[in-house]
Amino acid sequence: MNIPTGLKYTENDEWIQVEDNIGTVGITDYAQEQLSDVVFVEIIADEGDTLEKGGTCATVESVKAAADVYMPVGGKIVSINDVELPDSPELINTDPYGAAWMLKIELSDSSELDELLDADAYKNFCEEREQ
Amino acid sequence: MTEKLMCELSIPGRVGFRFPDIDVPPSPLPERMIRDDLPLPELSEIDIVRYFTRLSQLNHGVDTGFYPLGSCTMKYNPKVNEKAARIPGFSKIHPLQPIETVQGALALMYQLQEWLKEIGGFAGVSLQPAAGAHGELTGVLIIRAFHRTQGDLSRTKILIPDSAHGTNPATSAMSGMQVVEIRSDKRGNVDIEALKGECDDTLAGLMLTNPNTLGLFDENVEEVIQLVHEAGGLVYGDGANMNALLGISRPGDLGFDVLHYNLHKTFSTPHGGGGPGSGPVGVADHLVEFLPHPIVDVIEEGDELIPPLFGFVTPMKSIGRVKSFHGHFGVIVRAYSYIRIHGADGLRNVSEDAVLNANYLLALLRDTYHVPYDRDCMHEFVMEGRWPDIPEVHALDISKRLMDFGFHPPTNYFPLIVPESLMIEPTETESKETLDAFADTLKRIAEEANSDSTILTTAPHKTPFGRMDEVKAAKELVLCCVPDYAKHAGE
Amino acid sequence: MYSPHTDADRQAMLKTIGVESIEKLFECLPKENLFPDLDLPAGLTELDMLTELEGIAWANDTTQELLSFLGAGAYNHYIPAVVDAILQRGEFYTAYTPYQPEISQGTLQAIFEYQSMVAGLTGMEVSNASHYDGATAVAEAVNMAYHVFRGKRPKVILSPSLHPHYLQTIQTYTDGSDIQLVAHDQTNEISSDPDWLLPLIDDSISLIVVGYPDFFGRVYDYTEMARVAHDSGALIAVTVNPLSLGLLKPPGEFGADIVTGEGQPLGIPLSFGGPYLGLFATRQEYVRKMAGRLAGETVDNRGQRAYVLTLTAREQHIRRDRATSNICTNQGLMALAATVYMSLLGKHGLRQVAELCYHKAHYAARIITSIPGYQLWSTAPFFNEFVVECFLPAEEVNRQLLERNIIAGYDLGQNYPDLKNHLLVAVTEMNTKEDIDTFMEALSEVEDD
Repeated sequence: MNIPTGLKYTENDEWIQVEDNIGTVGITDYAQEQLSDVVFVEIIADEGDTLEKGGTCATVESVKAAADVYMPVGGKIVSINDVELPDSPELINTDPYGAAWMLKIELSDSSELDELLDADAYKNFCEEREQ
Repeated sequence: MTEKLMCELSIPGRVGFRFPDIDVPPSPLPERMIRDDLPLPELSEIDIVRYFTRLSQLNHGVDTGFYPLGSCTMKYNPKVNEKAARIPGFSKIHPLQPIETVQGALALMYQLQEWLKEIGGFAGVSLQPAAGAHGELTGVLIIRAFHRTQGDLSRTKILIPDSAHGTNPATSAMSGMQVVEIRSDKRGNVDIEALKGECDDTLAGLMLTNPNTLGLFDENVEEVIQLVHEAGGLVYGDGANMNALLGISRPGDLGFDVLHYNLHKTFSTPHGGGGPGSGPVGVADHLVEFLPHPIVDVIEEGDELIPPLFGFVTPMKSIGRVKSFHGHFGVIVRAYSYIRIHGADGLRNVSEDAVLNANYLLALLRDTYHVPYDRDCMHEFVMEGRWPDIPEVHALDISKRLMDFGFHPPTNYFPLIVPESLMIEPTETESKETLDAFADTLKRIAEEANSDSTILTTAPHKTPFGRMDEVKAAKELVLCCVPDYAKHAGE
Repeated sequence: MYSPHTDADRQAMLKTIGVESIEKLFECLPKENLFPDLDLPAGLTELDMLTELEGIAWANDTTQELLSFLGAGAYNHYIPAVVDAILQRGEFYTAYTPYQPEISQGTLQAIFEYQSMVAGLTGMEVSNASHYDGATAVAEAVNMAYHVFRGKRPKVILSPSLHPHYLQTIQTYTDGSDIQLVAHDQTNEISSDPDWLLPLIDDSISLIVVGYPDFFGRVYDYTEMARVAHDSGALIAVTVNPLSLGLLKPPGEFGADIVTGEGQPLGIPLSFGGPYLGLFATRQEYVRKMAGRLAGETVDNRGQRAYVLTLTAREQHIRRDRATSNICTNQGLMALAATVYMSLLGKHGLRQVAELCYHKAHYAARIITSIPGYQLWSTAPFFNEFVVECFLPAEEVNRQLLERNIIAGYDLGQNYPDLKNHLLVAVTEMNTKEDIDTFMEALSEVEDD
């Protein structure tokens, strides 16, 4: 299971990578494994929307499950992956941390990042769940 | 072998059916509003008959073989029910005819209402809901209406056990209620402590399937119901598993406030490949006035010489109508016929044999497959379709392999609280020979898992079709046939 | 009784289980009220039961004994013999939902054909595998529109000329939700052309719902209404009589976003109101918001084209409380009936029966309104149903005609206080010219006592 360091994680299996107060958001390798073949992705927030931490920003569908994606932190949506990702939802399975990024947000409150898990903490969380 | 679609078999000019010639002087057609093309196939009658006959031969039905789908109650569908529903006096009457002209239909509906009340222990019944999920919606709306009439607007929480069928939370969400999941304990009962924690003044009710989807009768059901009532909530019963309770225990006597029946499960009406069903709802005294309208009732009493006059009434605080007309009358006739043939003794035998059959299969299989709950089951049971030392074999593979032996698989992956679950409900209409053959096959499959698991992971081998590419279906989404011969050329 | 067990079977099974009697298997149940004596009549054999049932059926007057011009959402059409012959095949009607596609291709391919035909008939891009009936289908359309706009457009315009059962069902379904219904109670407007609804459309509206034909049988061109709806970013849903689409321009061609309807006219018996068939079709872009089952094309691992339930992640058994609808069992066998009916009649037959209904209804309207005391309530175009304003209350006309074994029509006074003298009359291919002439004669002899 791939859990890159340098990213922050949520207990709902989202990741966020922050640079200059802009966070890129997607779902983790663990999440895509649970879903298996992803057939559909829909980003349901629009560019310019401001959502709170925990707000629903996307939905992901596989043959056997459907999952909502929540904002790891609150912020304004500055960019969404509405080109590559909707046409190739399988990118979530093959490249969850790269080409399958979902949205970029301008953080409202960077202190919210402290509430998230780092790579080690997320790894432990995943291992505990397996039991 | 795939059957070609009708749009591929269609030949221009072929006619399947002729109507009589027009016998009135024609009137002008409003040209602007007439369609140019009607994209339906052109086939002769024999082609249509052969097409659908051959399609039917690709199906497994209860008439073909054992169909132990848990919580679906795939019992034998008596052929006399089909005859009953087709009696012209039942099939050729319009729902809006003057009531004097349909007293037979109304009497039959009234009688079924009364019988269902008696069987379930309820004070009122509506036959209107079209299916189980529809009955659930009706029941949750009744609960909501009850609380609102009491002024309890903050009661919006519905508790649902983690073993529940997906329609339960979907129905609650559809009704604008807030869904809270309650865990089950180690014996498969509702966890009492968890329940106590949720009993407050936001509680609207609890949706309980009893016996539950693990096939287990809740050992604390009376306490569970009492706790909910004491907190001011109501208890909704999902009656999908009533096949274990006919003449054994009445949900109304246990304290359930409202329950839906599945006529297409417990009362033998056929499943039809996905319906039609019928989901009547029974309610306790305090909820009778909320039932959907119309209800059939006696509107003029009879005497020794004249029968009563039956008609439709609207309960005082009715939640309204949940569909058009009166309900699935054709299904209602079939259920009526079933109950009339069985009587009280017959219905009790149904549940006794259903529970006997499930426990028998459980006894035969529990040493080969892990059964998570060490208790006698009711009319169905759950076992795990996996072995810790054979990780490549899943419940899905066992199911697919069963098809090679002429059995329809049990329910897979449900309830969610049992990993790799196989939910088995034999029903009372299966013989000991069938159950023995099924158990032997499952034991053989367990051996195959050990000796050569690829037989399982690549199963089925002997069915008309093999495993499907479900990813392709979801991604490419071809949901209609395109009448374009070029598209299917070469197949 | 259908359980095969002999006492010997039961004893052997109890022995294997390890209990002495069946009662022991119910030990964990509460003792109070266990094994109640149900007050039901003693069971009968098949022979006696059927005799009794036939006696009950005899107390009903059918469309064979009465000359009926009743419509109002359910119609007396001819059902070809082939339809029931196919429906009676045990492989179809005793099967369950096709969750195991390897042994359910019969059901799945039939659903695929049904979807294709409903889409083609309505002029839409995709159809689901069915809803319960016309009323619940349109209620689901209202629900779907709400979710398309994610709750940001809570208002829905419902034409008050929709079937009263549809309006009532939508009200039950939306009661207590955020959805606000508009215009449905303005029954004073039902005699107007639907243009009066246009000014109500703005950007707080998610959906406008109209009937084609409407409850009163009238057929309107909704092209302009669709344009106005789309200009405001709203959706338009049209409820149909699918048999009329054998003749009429389909709603997909004039801009409908959702088409729902009652499929009973397509080979399904009147059966005192059910089971019937809810049609639901929409545009491809909304397929994931559409409730209900879907059969999709794929291949199996042997390279054969096959069909499978797809997009199941939207449905209740996976999405649970996030599903947009709770529908599980639908109207599978009735959808099969409609599929057989539509394919047997085909391109020519469905047009032929629609034309027969149209011409017979227009002939009836003409000769009835030539009688003094009877006139057409509306001059709008109609398909096979129209409203006659009588010189007496409709209830009285019906009463007098029933004495002659004729049901004149639906008394609109039951739903609309201003229409107490108005009868909703439907004519189908089952009514011969002689029937219609007899009807006219009977009407002309109605007396004001």
